[in-house]
Amino acid sequence: MDHSSDIRATFFQECEELVEALNDGLNEIDETIEDGLAEPETVNAVFRAVHSIKGGAGAFKLETLVRFAHHFETTLDALRAGRIQPDAALLLLFHRAADHLSDLLAAARDGVDPDPEGGAELISLLAALTGADEEESSEGEAEDFGFVPLTLSFESEPAATGSGCYEILFSPTRALYANGHDPSVLFRVLGDLGQVKARLDRSRLPAFAALDWQESWLDWTLTLTTDEPEHQIDEVFEFVDGLCTLEIRALDEAPPGLPLLPDPEPAVTVDAEPRPQAPPPKPRPPEGEDSAEKKAAAPRATVRVELDRVDRLINVVGELVINQAMLSQCVQDAGIPTRSAVRSGLDDFKSLAREIQESVMAIRAQAIKPLFQRMSRIAREASDIAGKQVRLVTEGEATEVDKTVIERLADPLTHMIRNAVDHGIEPAEARRAAGKPETGCITLSAAHRSGRVLIEVADDGGGINRPKVKQIAAGKGLIAQDAELSDAEIDMLLFLPGFSTSTVVSDLSGRGVGMDVVKSAIQALGGRVSISSTPGQGTVFSISLPLTLAVLDGMVVDVAGQTMVVPITAIVETLRPQPQDVHFLGSGAQVVTIRGAFVPIIDLGAAFGHRPPVRDFSQRVLMLVENEQQRQCALVVDAIFDQRQVVIKGMENGYGRIPGIAAATILGDGRIALIIDPDEAVGNVSGLGDP
Amino acid sequence: MTLTVLAIDDSRTIRELLKEALLQAGFEVHLAIDGLDGLEKLEGLAPDVVITDINMPRMDGFGFIKAVRDKGTHSALPIIVLTTESAADLKARAREAGATAWIVKPFDEVKLVSALRRVTAA
Amino acid sequence: MPGSRLLQSESRELVAFRIGPQEFCLDIKTVREIRSWTPATILPHAPHYVLGVINLRGSVVPILNLAERLNLGTPEPDARHVIIITVIETQVIGILVDAVSDIMTVPESAIQPTPHVASDSAQAFVRGVIAVEDRMLRLIDLLAVFPPARKEGA
Repeated sequence: MDHSSDIRATFFQECEELVEALNDGLNEIDETIEDGLAEPETVNAVFRAVHSIKGGAGAFKLETLVRFAHHFETTLDALRAGRIQPDAALLLLFHRAADHLSDLLAAARDGVDPDPEGGAELISLLAALTGADEEESSEGEAEDFGFVPLTLSFESEPAATGSGCYEILFSPTRALYANGHDPSVLFRVLGDLGQVKARLDRSRLPAFAALDWQESWLDWTLTLTTDEPEHQIDEVFEFVDGLCTLEIRALDEAPPGLPLLPDPEPAVTVDAEPRPQAPPPKPRPPEGEDSAEKKAAAPRATVRVELDRVDRLINVVGELVINQAMLSQCVQDAGIPTRSAVRSGLDDFKSLAREIQESVMAIRAQAIKPLFQRMSRIAREASDIAGKQVRLVTEGEATEVDKTVIERLADPLTHMIRNAVDHGIEPAEARRAAGKPETGCITLSAAHRSGRVLIEVADDGGGINRPKVKQIAAGKGLIAQDAELSDAEIDMLLFLPGFSTSTVVSDLSGRGVGMDVVKSAIQALGGRVSISSTPGQGTVFSISLPLTLAVLDGMVVDVAGQTMVVPITAIVETLRPQPQDVHFLGSGAQVVTIRGAFVPIIDLGAAFGHRPPVRDFSQRVLMLVENEQQRQCALVVDAIFDQRQVVIKGMENGYGRIPGIAAATILGDGRIALIIDPDEAVGNVSGLGDP
Repeated sequence: MTLTVLAIDDSRTIRELLKEALLQAGFEVHLAIDGLDGLEKLEGLAPDVVITDINMPRMDGFGFIKAVRDKGTHSALPIIVLTTESAADLKARAREAGATAWIVKPFDEVKLVSALRRVTAA
Repeated sequence: MPGSRLLQSESRELVAFRIGPQEFCLDIKTVREIRSWTPATILPHAPHYVLGVINLRGSVVPILNLAERLNLGTPEPDARHVIIITVIETQVIGILVDAVSDIMTVPESAIQPTPHVASDSAQAFVRGVIAVEDRMLRLIDLLAVFPPARKEGA
């Protein structure tokens, strides 16, 4: 069947949710497995997820998927039925099967051939548990119930096409009516096969007073003259088989004397006796019963919306907020008093506009859970390869984060998890020796903290080996041999480009990317990453991210007459330098002393080519920012106007990227202000970073 | 006369497929996401026939059929069970629960219409 | 190169505009709107003929000073100037001109190849010339006018 691509898209989207439910269920079973328990409802939910995937896959003829899902399902069914006992090994197999199922889905979605070997091993492992035949196909059994032609009857059929005459004795039981059958429907379908004559036998019908309306009192003798083979008759009665006494006899010729049923459709009208009437409505079932059913939470109602539409809405709402700000400014400029109705109306408008903006932003927000589930898998695979026992615990899965942030977090988080397995968690012997449980634990958590999202990857490993880190950094010429560094400074060395603690490139983390790549990926999202580590107890990597990429907290500043925005996340502090703190270094370069350290000064006005570098800082402000290499830099701005949230506008459609400029925004007066990328601005002019 | 079908399945995909096939075949289609939802929809819709999945959360297909049959108002409603269940006693279980007919997934329009014709005035 | 491709349709609708004494034109299909001059926000490190960016109903649109691009002087933009907002593929760029003079329909055959005038650097940005009565309209090659950085990405 050729289904619209919409339904296909629906299928894969639904499968993502089902895989999530599957992983959820397996994780839940993980919790209780130590007691050898598996909650039946959870097992059933897991079963149902696999079952639904199989059902949909069948409709799209995704045979590999159907076959694997079938084996998975069969084993889950065995667990559900108590034929096999849950244990850690079984759960691990289920997790792997779930991972493979997810791979197969991705392959089917992208139209690539799935790895044929990967499934075979799992199938034989799954099949071994239930004693099932690995080659058995799911369709084979299903055929039992399909109403494929019952070839059985063919044998007694003299000629499939020859005209035949049959006498059918049809005596329904009470259950036939109870199951929703209607003899008149059956007779009509029989009438499709040929000419039907019916004789009603009401001999069993009692006196009205004694009539039990639910009972079946009527029998029929039908005569069918048809060119169709006999199995067609069987098929008509397929669903009532067992609910009636049915005798089908081939006659030599049509017996005379039976009234011919009226020909026009319906071919059969049974008016002698109506079918059992529906009883009068019974009172509603007792409340208790009803509410027990309701207790199970109904899934939250959702609508699916194309992301484009949401983005368009976010854009328009951004306009609305800007428009409101412009209007407020006009009203203010017109000298309308603060207490006027116009001003207070505008204030309401402002809060409504903000509220709409927040609500719209919330549409883009998604629970971080699917990402965390992917990380569970990464941790499993990484610990397999590293030969370590590691458990990943996730917390705050319901934390909502902008969809794009979630997508772009996948790579850095993957690297951090692998890193934690590889470098954070010690080998089992070392853990034993340290009196720790052999199984290492990595905690992945998410939470909202003061308008930002905080994500932590914490391991209970040995902590950062600081002397070794320092030695490696010195060996690679990243720091001076005799550099005096604080613990925090040593930890930050991990983020330097070209740093890798592993002397042997490990199979996991050493894929040509280091923590520096993690750091720049996080920074590209407007986030920061930091480390804290305690020897013997473990290491925590903390990522702090903005809630959304659509707005940014910025400092609105004046740079040589141009209004610009500096992201607040980049600013360490702002200061007004004293003349004695500013020193010249060589020809024109200047530094400022901040708590004893010499920090290079960069005049943004000069950096952007608006003016020659300034020498007089008396009326100006320095903004201390940190670049990717943790080097600090003091940016000169002429004034700070305001601190506010701005809507980020891309510049890709018009001009393209400008070095030192991250994006643009529209200010209250309708003018465009450029948003400075401090890292780039600093890197470009100071020579500290790569241009 | 257009017959009204209430199709119940917890899988969005299957619901969409059912809807597509049934609309194609000229039925009026209403959808429900599980037995409980189906039971609620039943009251307002009074469909001519119901097609339901078996394994669903909250209330499964058998539970739904039992509730319909017990309730009385629609006790004689034709209910077709839709399933990929491959247990050999399916027919018996479905019948015992009060199902009128059954269709095995994957289904197509031909299968659907064939089953519908044998239980309704379609 | 789209710049060297001439459409084979029967006739073309053109927007004619003036820069100083010279008249130019653009295919009307590439013109989205014409609006009065608003001050632009300066872009750092931009070529001299890029005036900056303006807010066009929420979009950030770069504005080129066409006179400067064509080496026809460096007029200080003011309220007497107009901006023609043009679109090619996904790029939206405004060009600053003195005034829009006319909208006209000319047959395709009226477009003649640009005469070779070695000294005229504007030639690089002119796709062809059109004689209308005693005037000469220069058909602007928008892609050639756009800043080179964008053309690579487009």
